[in-house]
Amino acid sequence: MSGDASHETMRITLKVWRQSNAEADGRIETYHVSDVSPHMSFLEMLDVVNERLLGQGKDPIAFDHDCREGICGACSLMIDGRAHGPEAETTACQLHMRHYNDGDTIHVEPWRANAFPVVRDLVVDRSAFDRIIAAGGFVSTPAGSACDANSLPIAKENAELAMDAAACIGCGACVAACPNAAAMLFTSAKVAHLSLLPQGQPERDARVIAMVDAMDDEGFGNCTNHFECMAACPKGISVENIARMNREYLRASLVSRSVE
Amino acid sequence: MATTAASTALDSKCPTGPIENRWDQHRFDLKLVNPANKRKFHVLVVGTGLAGASAASTLAELGYRVSAFCIQDSPRRAHSIAAQGGINAAKNYPNDGDSIYRLFYDTVKGGDFRARESNVYRLAQVSNNIIDQCAAQGVPFAREYGGVLSNRSFGGAQVSRTFYARGQTGQQLLLGAYSSLMRMVGQKRVTMYSRREMLDVVKVDGVARGIICRNLTTGEYERFAGDAVVLCTGGYGNVFYLSTNAKACNVTAAWRAHKQGAFFANPCYTQIHPTCIPVSGSYQSKLTLMSESLRNDGRVWVPKAKGDKRRAADIPDDERDYYLERRYPSFGNLVPRDVASRAAKERCDAGYGVGATGLSVFLDFRDAIQRDGIETIRAKYGNLFQMYEKITADDPYRVPMRIYPAVHYTMGGLWVDYNLESTLPGLFVLGEANFSDHGANRLGASALMQGLADGYFVLPYTIGGHFAGRALPAVQASDPAFDSAEATARGRTDSILAVNGSRTVDAFHRELGRLMWEHCGMARNDAGLRRAHDDIRALREEFWQDVRVPGPAASFNQNLEHAGRVADFLEFAELFSADALQRTESCGGHFREESQTDEGEAQRQDDEFSFAAAWEFQGVGEPETLHKEPLEFEYVKPSQRSYK
Ligand SMILES: Cc1cc2nc3c(=O)[nH]c(=O)nc-3n(C[C@H](O)[C@H](O)[C@H](O)COP(=O)(O)OP(=O)(O)OC[C@H]3O[C@@H](n4cnc5c(N)ncnc54)[C@H](O)[C@@H]3O)c2cc1C
Ligand code: FES
Repeated sequence: MSGDASHETMRITLKVWRQSNAEADGRIETYHVSDVSPHMSFLEMLDVVNERLLGQGKDPIAFDHDCREGICGACSLMIDGRAHGPEAETTACQLHMRHYNDGDTIHVEPWRANAFPVVRDLVVDRSAFDRIIAAGGFVSTPAGSACDANSLPIAKENAELAMDAAACIGCGACVAACPNAAAMLFTSAKVAHLSLLPQGQPERDARVIAMVDAMDDEGFGNCTNHFECMAACPKGISVENIARMNREYLRASLVSRSVE
Repeated sequence: MATTAASTALDSKCPTGPIENRWDQHRFDLKLVNPANKRKFHVLVVGTGLAGASAASTLAELGYRVSAFCIQDSPRRAHSIAAQGGINAAKNYPNDGDSIYRLFYDTVKGGDFRARESNVYRLAQVSNNIIDQCAAQGVPFAREYGGVLSNRSFGGAQVSRTFYARGQTGQQLLLGAYSSLMRMVGQKRVTMYSRREMLDVVKVDGVARGIICRNLTTGEYERFAGDAVVLCTGGYGNVFYLSTNAKACNVTAAWRAHKQGAFFANPCYTQIHPTCIPVSGSYQSKLTLMSESLRNDGRVWVPKAKGDKRRAADIPDDERDYYLERRYPSFGNLVPRDVASRAAKERCDAGYGVGATGLSVFLDFRDAIQRDGIETIRAKYGNLFQMYEKITADDPYRVPMRIYPAVHYTMGGLWVDYNLESTLPGLFVLGEANFSDHGANRLGASALMQGLADGYFVLPYTIGGHFAGRALPAVQASDPAFDSAEATARGRTDSILAVNGSRTVDAFHRELGRLMWEHCGMARNDAGLRRAHDDIRALREEFWQDVRVPGPAASFNQNLEHAGRVADFLEFAELFSADALQRTESCGGHFREESQTDEGEAQRQDDEFSFAAAWEFQGVGEPETLHKEPLEFEYVKPSQRSYK
């Protein structure tokens, strides 16, 4: 039981990437934290470090976070070289310090990808993802135009598969983990979600082509089947979606009239 | 801290006549904007949660020019993303007796007769359109084997009217609204400004005509001029520091609009959610909700003996007190949130709480697992159980969850009329940021419904009345009104930096939270509220003398952002306590110890308090003026809520 450990605290050494803005050079700074409770989340541990820095009038470590429950996709830490850290299907905000030992040294860095420039310290600019969605990650159905929801029955299996893909939180761990910094898992999850549903059919071909083009324009790399993305994904999104997107793309390229 | 009651009538602009015709009639009476003229109007939508994303995309679809703003790096990350349980609608697909009238009735009653009937009826009417709209966007709602949508029953409702997408309903609804928004961004019909914080509303000739933002990446101030401002900036639960809200949730936009003339209604109405993971230590940065859908299958209990420290499994059934089932036999574990929360507090205060701190109760799935099998339970709640285990390292399939109430939702907000317009003309307020539909208590799965109702189906009509009905001369961001608003916003930020004291922003925020939880939390009384009022004021003064925020201002500075929000919470908290003090009745989430029945249940005082309290700002630290909007109930006759 976890309760037994409640009185213990751990000493942790942190090696953190500090970079004051997009143009500045970055460097690793070392921080010793002596009163880490095993029940703290990783971000709460960073809060403790920041409170101490602020008390000394120093700049706190900048990192993105908001929901702190693994759903908003804001937190984005490369922890000891792994996107979101050592626990499978766990965002950094849901990682708890009980997974570390007294005396451990932990390296914390931002996502690294050309398409995700550093804003400050551990914060990166992921607006490229928004632009991929803007290119085609939607069903064009203006408010007011919908038919009765039950007039379009959907096989439960397909609804479940669509939900599996739609569970993506857009954090960018897949890009950070990929040796090529590809955005295939992210893009394919949206393509798969919508192509599995009848609502997604009218724009099926145009969507996949537009989204893949947008992905390439943003400077993401190519997929060479390392599958690191799936291993890093906190929501367990499967690489089967990539296979589905490739099939959709091929199909769309053959049938689409809008492609030169 | 005496407040002056004024007799100024607030015009709610509610239509009259048979309730089922009011919205139709009103829509017919509203002036229309000619399609070709729509592009001449520029709407500034602040916030991209369910309310903001749905409003921005729908207004753009109609042809208006729209600019949208959010604090996060992407509109997809608004706090709505975290909603778990579901969204209500009166579809009656399960054929179990639901109707628009019943959803209306339940919401008025659930709100403890402190909401406007006309608004609530409209909400119930458009609820069905929302489900259609979301399904059409590809929201992967849960389905039955035959392919139709699946429903479940949710806290307090005796019909199954809640639609859901696993335990991620808010995420899927928000991603639906976000996809529509991004479609409009892609077509250049919406301009999206992420990592922006609105710091003031700009008034020209008494009408909201623009906003001042701080660019959170560069620290620069930016001006945006428009023809209407729409605030969709969410709730202020973080005034308690610990809440289930995301860290960036704040009162800043609403508060600064309040200072410009928008009345703030019922600030003390707070919802405390009964099923959250208990606090584990002083470093705690937020609380995590466990969806109340869990109460459909989980049974809430504490040991019958005080201080019983045995493991749950070692406590036999006849030594367990299933206190909700005992006190409320007809609703049992499904009583509304406020009732369930107070009952948990009552048991813990009396010394029956479990866990190391004694501040938690069990939520037990043993019987449900025996009845339905572990796989059925996993299919329903798998991700929630997993989330619980990640945080606590306990496995709820084997040991009961431990839960405790936490601040979750704020029913209060900026006062709006039936058109969702505030008392500051041209400023509309949607979603959790307004006060409109939930009265003193919100039913589960009704916030998502309200946010999307406001954005997809209400504002797009009512905003037309503003454009077609008012003269709106062209305004440029070079107007002197923008100079002074920017100077105010800058001045406030600069004076925070200039304090250069010794305590951190977080330390002040935590202390404010403790004060609020202690005196303005689940149970309130005269002495505690007076005390809170004085202590809040003293804390605010200390903040301005002793806070320490390292600069520079012109940079990405998360601590400075937090400081601005805490400064506003400190001003707002004073109003919160004044509102709670003024309302000497108990109603909904507001429990005044002085006003309870012999059995310890909340006692409303309809003769005196059947009104919405709308407060008018008079200056920082000055008592605000109270305006009362009387509430009349033509259809649902007020009765004491009873869940016995
Ligand atoms: C954990 C949890 C679970 C919930 N589950 C349910 C549920 O199952 N069913 C249900 O009906 N309700 C649920 N709720 C309530 C519901 O999620 C919220 O009430 C609702 O999503 C609020 O939506 P909104 O659009 O009003 O605001 P939000 O989603 O909070 O969005 C606010 C937006 O405003 C922006 N913003 C705020 N201030 C500023 C500023 N100054 N400048 C610029 N932008 C600003 C933010 O960036 C954000 O984009 C839940 C709430 C919580 C906390
Ligand atoms: S902070 Fe939201 S997913 Fe981590």
